[in-house]
Amino acid sequence: MSKYFRFSLIIIASLFSLAAKAQTESSTDLMRSNGKIFVVMAVVVLILVGLFIYLFSIDKKITRLEKDIHQ
Amino acid sequence: MIRKSWWKILSFLLLFYTCTYGFYVKVPKLDDRMKESIRNFFFHVPMWFTMMILLLVSVIYAIRYLRNPSPKNDAYSVAFAATGVVYGVLGLITGAIWANYQWGSPWSGDPKQNGAAIALLIYLAYFVLRGSMNEEDKRGRIGAVYNIFAFFMLFPTLWILPRLTESLHPGGEGSDGNPGINGKDMDIQMRTVFYPAVLGWTLLGVWISTLKIRYQLLIEKKLSL
Repeated sequence: MSKYFRFSLIIIASLFSLAAKAQTESSTDLMRSNGKIFVVMAVVVLILVGLFIYLFSIDKKITRLEKDIHQ
Repeated sequence: MIRKSWWKILSFLLLFYTCTYGFYVKVPKLDDRMKESIRNFFFHVPMWFTMMILLLVSVIYAIRYLRNPSPKNDAYSVAFAATGVVYGVLGLITGAIWANYQWGSPWSGDPKQNGAAIALLIYLAYFVLRGSMNEEDKRGRIGAVYNIFAFFMLFPTLWILPRLTESLHPGGEGSDGNPGINGKDMDIQMRTVFYPAVLGWTLLGVWISTLKIRYQLLIEKKLSL
């Protein structure tokens, strides 16, 4: 569990640093280009990452239960 | 196989690719009718492809259950049907959002919209039917028979009737071939996102189904201890 927690912390921290970087740069940066479509991309990717972390943790819990029952 | 993790990671990578390159890839302009909303093609259409694949797996396990009535076959059949229906509902809702801005209203009574809604209602009745029976053998058997009926109702509702009349969807009356499989209408750049998207969503659906199956089998094992 702590491995997943650390992994998600790293992801969140890197996203924040990306956002901070985007704010300090000029308005010609990637996040503000093409009608700010990459903001939507960032949101979708974060949802995807969160969803998969959640699924992996459920998978791990079920695997542990299966091991317990087989013993 | 269902406990291996490589295909789960593959699913993540494919969907990550879809959700990043899908926003970046150059899409055809046509005459500016669709604008950027054509990118919904990478998200809305794979919902239906995945639903069909999951429901196909479900009916295969229903037939296997009738040949060999084991709780495992029943659990597989139910879980794949449930995940398939979830994908179908997501397909309907994403379609309604898209239609609101493309066709002017979320529900225009398009033959494909109506057909998809009917197909999903038929599948919802599958869960009502199963829920109404307590006896396991009976529930499994009648459920499996109904599952086969429900699957074959997908043929007229999704694949035949909408193509016989005029439709707002691609592939209605007067168009050539199958818009889902025959990719000649689809831009080659878009195909490089679309097919990985279908595979990624399908693997995700299989994964969610296997989690449900493993949970169900654990409960049954616990009850029999």
